[in-house]
Amino acid sequence: MKSAVTITVNGAPRTAEVEPRTLLVHLLREHLNLTGTHVGCDTSNCGACTVWLGGEAVKSCTVLAVQADGREVTTIEGISGNGDLHPMQRAFHENHALQCGYCTPGMVMTAIKLLEENPEPTDEEIRHGLEGNLCRCTGYENIVAAVRAASGVTV
Amino acid sequence: MIPRAFAYERPTSVADAAGLLRTHGEGARILAGGHSLLPMMKLRLAAPETLIDIGGISSLRGVSDAGSHLVIGALTTHAEVAGSDLVRSGCPILAQAAASVGDMQVRNRGTIGGSLAQADPHGDLPTVLLALDGDVSAEGPDGIRTIAAADLFLGFLTTSLRPDEILTGVRVPKAANGAYVKFNRRAQDWAIVGVAAVVDGSSARIAITGVGAAPVRAEAAERAFSGGNAAEAAEHAAEGLDPPSDSAGSADYRRHLARVLTRRALEEATAG
Amino acid sequence: MATTVEQGKGIGVAALRKEDRKFLTGRGRYVDDIRMPGMLHMAIVRSQMPHADITGIDTAAAAGMPGVTAVLTADDLEFAAGVPCASNPTGDMVHPVRWPLAKGRVRHVGEPIAVVLAADRYAARDAADAVVVDYAELPAVTDVDAALADGAPRVHDELDSNVGLILAHKTDGVDDAFAKAEVVVEQTIRNQRLIHVPIETRGVVADWNPANDDLVVYSSTQVPHFLRTFLAIVCGVSEAKVRAIAPDVGGGFGSKLNAYAEEFIAAAVSRKVGAPVKWIEERSEAMLATCHGRAQDAHMSLAATKDGKVLGLRAHYVQDYGSYLQMLTPLISQLTFLMSPGAYAIPEVDVKVTNVYTNTVPTDALRGAGRPEATHAIERIMDILANELGMSRTEIRRRNFPTEFPFTTAIGLQLDSGDYSKTLDKLLELSDDKATFERRREEAAARGKLLGRGLSTWVEVCGFVPSDVARNALGLTPGGWESSTVRMHPTGKVTVITGTSPHGQGHATSWSQIVETELGVPFDDVEVIHGDTAFAPYGLGTYGSRSLAVGGTAVHLAAGKVREKAKLVAAQMLEAAPDDLDFSGGAFAVKGSPDKRATIQEVAFRAWQAFGMPEGVGPGLDETVFFDPPNCVFPFGAHGCEVEVDRDTGKVEITGYIAVDDCGNVINPMIVDGQVHGGVVHGIAQALYEGAEYDSGGQLVTGTLVDYLVPSAADVPHIETHRTVTPSPTNPLGVKGIGEAGTIASTPAVVGAVCDALGVRDLDMPLQPEAVWTAMQKGGAA
Repeated sequence: MKSAVTITVNGAPRTAEVEPRTLLVHLLREHLNLTGTHVGCDTSNCGACTVWLGGEAVKSCTVLAVQADGREVTTIEGISGNGDLHPMQRAFHENHALQCGYCTPGMVMTAIKLLEENPEPTDEEIRHGLEGNLCRCTGYENIVAAVRAASGVTV
Repeated sequence: MIPRAFAYERPTSVADAAGLLRTHGEGARILAGGHSLLPMMKLRLAAPETLIDIGGISSLRGVSDAGSHLVIGALTTHAEVAGSDLVRSGCPILAQAAASVGDMQVRNRGTIGGSLAQADPHGDLPTVLLALDGDVSAEGPDGIRTIAAADLFLGFLTTSLRPDEILTGVRVPKAANGAYVKFNRRAQDWAIVGVAAVVDGSSARIAITGVGAAPVRAEAAERAFSGGNAAEAAEHAAEGLDPPSDSAGSADYRRHLARVLTRRALEEATAG
Repeated sequence: MATTVEQGKGIGVAALRKEDRKFLTGRGRYVDDIRMPGMLHMAIVRSQMPHADITGIDTAAAAGMPGVTAVLTADDLEFAAGVPCASNPTGDMVHPVRWPLAKGRVRHVGEPIAVVLAADRYAARDAADAVVVDYAELPAVTDVDAALADGAPRVHDELDSNVGLILAHKTDGVDDAFAKAEVVVEQTIRNQRLIHVPIETRGVVADWNPANDDLVVYSSTQVPHFLRTFLAIVCGVSEAKVRAIAPDVGGGFGSKLNAYAEEFIAAAVSRKVGAPVKWIEERSEAMLATCHGRAQDAHMSLAATKDGKVLGLRAHYVQDYGSYLQMLTPLISQLTFLMSPGAYAIPEVDVKVTNVYTNTVPTDALRGAGRPEATHAIERIMDILANELGMSRTEIRRRNFPTEFPFTTAIGLQLDSGDYSKTLDKLLELSDDKATFERRREEAAARGKLLGRGLSTWVEVCGFVPSDVARNALGLTPGGWESSTVRMHPTGKVTVITGTSPHGQGHATSWSQIVETELGVPFDDVEVIHGDTAFAPYGLGTYGSRSLAVGGTAVHLAAGKVREKAKLVAAQMLEAAPDDLDFSGGAFAVKGSPDKRATIQEVAFRAWQAFGMPEGVGPGLDETVFFDPPNCVFPFGAHGCEVEVDRDTGKVEITGYIAVDDCGNVINPMIVDGQVHGGVVHGIAQALYEGAEYDSGGQLVTGTLVDYLVPSAADVPHIETHRTVTPSPTNPLGVKGIGEAGTIASTPAVVGAVCDALGVRDLDMPLQPEAVWTAMQKGGAA
């Protein structure tokens, strides 16, 4: 039984007809064509689907679209203004913190929130902050370097 | 990945939610943060006919100071509990345990009420509640009642909440000296074994998760602690335990971890 | 016309990647991002039994469900051939047939039985669950011991047993070496079954156009041209009517170096229903449907003198093939076989591989593909030998390194270049000396931690592969060359078409760097096209750390041919002899008259206009090269790992990891370091966390990422990388491969460190805390 949900996505109100079981990640990807948010697992481990819901990093595969009705969601497509890269995106680029790019949107979304919570993290704090985002390509070394660079902390 | 279809209700009050539970009976489940329920539904290990989403009932969120206790609404997220100044100063073991759940994203959605109602045999929050001798409030058709932690966790994913009751809040005594020590293989994992120790002068309350169908109080260890002997207490931590053996840990290893972590939790709790 | 300005992003520069922007902004285009009008979603019904005959498939309920277009079984689809295996090491190995959809019998949990087509993936999943399969269960063998036992049920009736292949090589003096040796050590060293887990699972969009019978298949693949050829063979269509495209691919690690049942099924289904068909693998499905890796035991022994000179190696590997041969299944243990002596000049060898079928998911290439298994086994047994002799683990290695290159091993492999002492020396310079380390060990013990360190000196074979070797020595169906087109357009921009198929390795960036160096054309003016069979004449894809050594060389050579032709045209333009021209800064100039010059862009424009061309020179500036390497390449290095083991819990923490690698000349040091980081962490994951496990009922116990422990950043250490450079003589760039090296080197360094910490002889991976704790209880630890 479908119902309409209205979610403010990247600043714009969007409405879609969804089943109650429609996952937020599928609403974003299929109904709204925002394919930058990715699916990497089915047990809420990998974090590739991370978006911001009400300004908080969440795994959009573990949120029903109906739970986000009336709320604000930001995806990777919504973080750079006017075509400029967000400082975190720039830091990832400058530090070679991505290879295949598949985990990258989720990783960036989490990393930005990590620094909001803890603006000058140690490397250990960065690693723990990213414990919910899996990457197979980079070995995390350059991701940690990118987040450190974005924080301005010098080692 | 994809749950079976279900009907969805979004009540705006606890009374409405309780009424919906009554109406839909056994086929209904309460949805809070959804981070226990939705993963099971996505693997099709659970398929409720109706989800009653209480996430919009804002009266169920928040931490307040009740003098000797803290009162926490059931929908308060782990992130909120971990970050709450009240909790960090008044009952730091609870903040510590909340901060240890899953990962940042999970903590932004998972709730204290959901975690307690789920009663996972590896759960962190139930263990800490047990060690604190806290209690929960439950609202049902007959009104509101209080359930002590010791009476709440009955067995595997089973609490003493009645099918038509909703867990609405948690009450914990303020406790300055407590520590939750959790052991896992990977940072985001459930505990293999976790120990919560709350020390009050020369006595301790110790609860252990991952060693049975539900978290338990380590009563022999508590008795052995009297006077402040962490090492002696730890020796007795596994007494009376009948832990499971599974791919995450054998019964022997779990017993061993119970002893090791009890010692570490007590030492950390008394270090202040 | 505009003069050219190189950007200083030629060979050797840590140029930031061209690929990044789209990925960072969420504008990558992976297979699940592809939509087509009328596209249907496919879900797959898979076997729940490890070994059974299918006695009935009831599709009626599923077919009637909302949104369902069709429910299809093997009876509904026609295939001209089975899922291909392109590896036949002996030339006469029997390849049991595997049909894309099971015909009558299933041989592992997860084997595809039926498919559902529906309007959306939710409806498809619901209907797939409603298909009822009846089975007559057959006895199953779920590990090699059971499969090798007398009277074991056979996975394939056409074979006499469950042994799929035996390879053996014995030198004349090996028995003698063992008889005369002053010391012999033996150990069984296990390399556990792993699952690749690229963060993007597999997926296919197959679009059969009924108007003209063209087929376009998008697949998350490492080998689009192989896919095209096999689609033609298996689906019985003209290869000239098939286009295969690898869109952006979210990691492979060998799991997408294959041609899978699902790709053929999607194509056949699209043809049958006349609509585009999409299948996207769910993760728990991937754990059962994408090939696994490793699953090999090594029974090793070394014969040596008291001074640590190794006289002979006996290595008997037992490889679990799983239930079917996938594209390169037999090659993997063959590579272990070939690399069995590791980095050592062992004069006599007795090497054997026994390959065994079991009722489990087929195994195939997983990062390193047979070489991690070889390196792990030889490095472990060398440590064991050192400990037996009371010798230093570094000394025993040094004593057995080959010193002159090229060096031909006792198996017959010619190692092209190397200086193994150089990387070992560098590692030792960067590490604590023994006295300092022992002091730190004591200090750690006081904190309740057991400190240990391990090393590996590794060499590996990559840069696959001379085509003759592919055929004659390895028994492979495809060759090993690579193609590249370099085309300079009239306005001076360059398109490179490569037959490699990157999925994270940064080829667009590195190939652009090669072109900037070769042609003096700015890095930003170069576009690289890959992964689409409509462009490259043929390509062999990306795997086996081959792309730079073979594909990059092809780019270099094609660019060189462009420059050579441009020189002839420039000479014409400048009214000089070609030999009187210099080329620098992207421009040709007459020697001694620097004002008489033409930029290569000006030459390109003229070449496409094609008036007044030199004798024998045709229009255009477009060259294609097929480079068939004369040899594989052999990167090498030394890795060191330090661990602290919690004495009470057995938890292992890596407190230091240093990689010293030599991959020859380096095109982009940033990319090389990134490959080492990723490779090392993948190996650490194998050493400490991961392991695919079956229960005795043939069910995969580690079927989700909850139980199969891929580590996060919080679970792995900082990796320190260093380099030496020993150019390869095998190709004009002097490059080797590096993509798998980290994985090959790391597991023995980690395991060796934990064994050192505990004072034990060997430990089976993964070294999860309970396993380590149990080893400590059994004794040997302080």
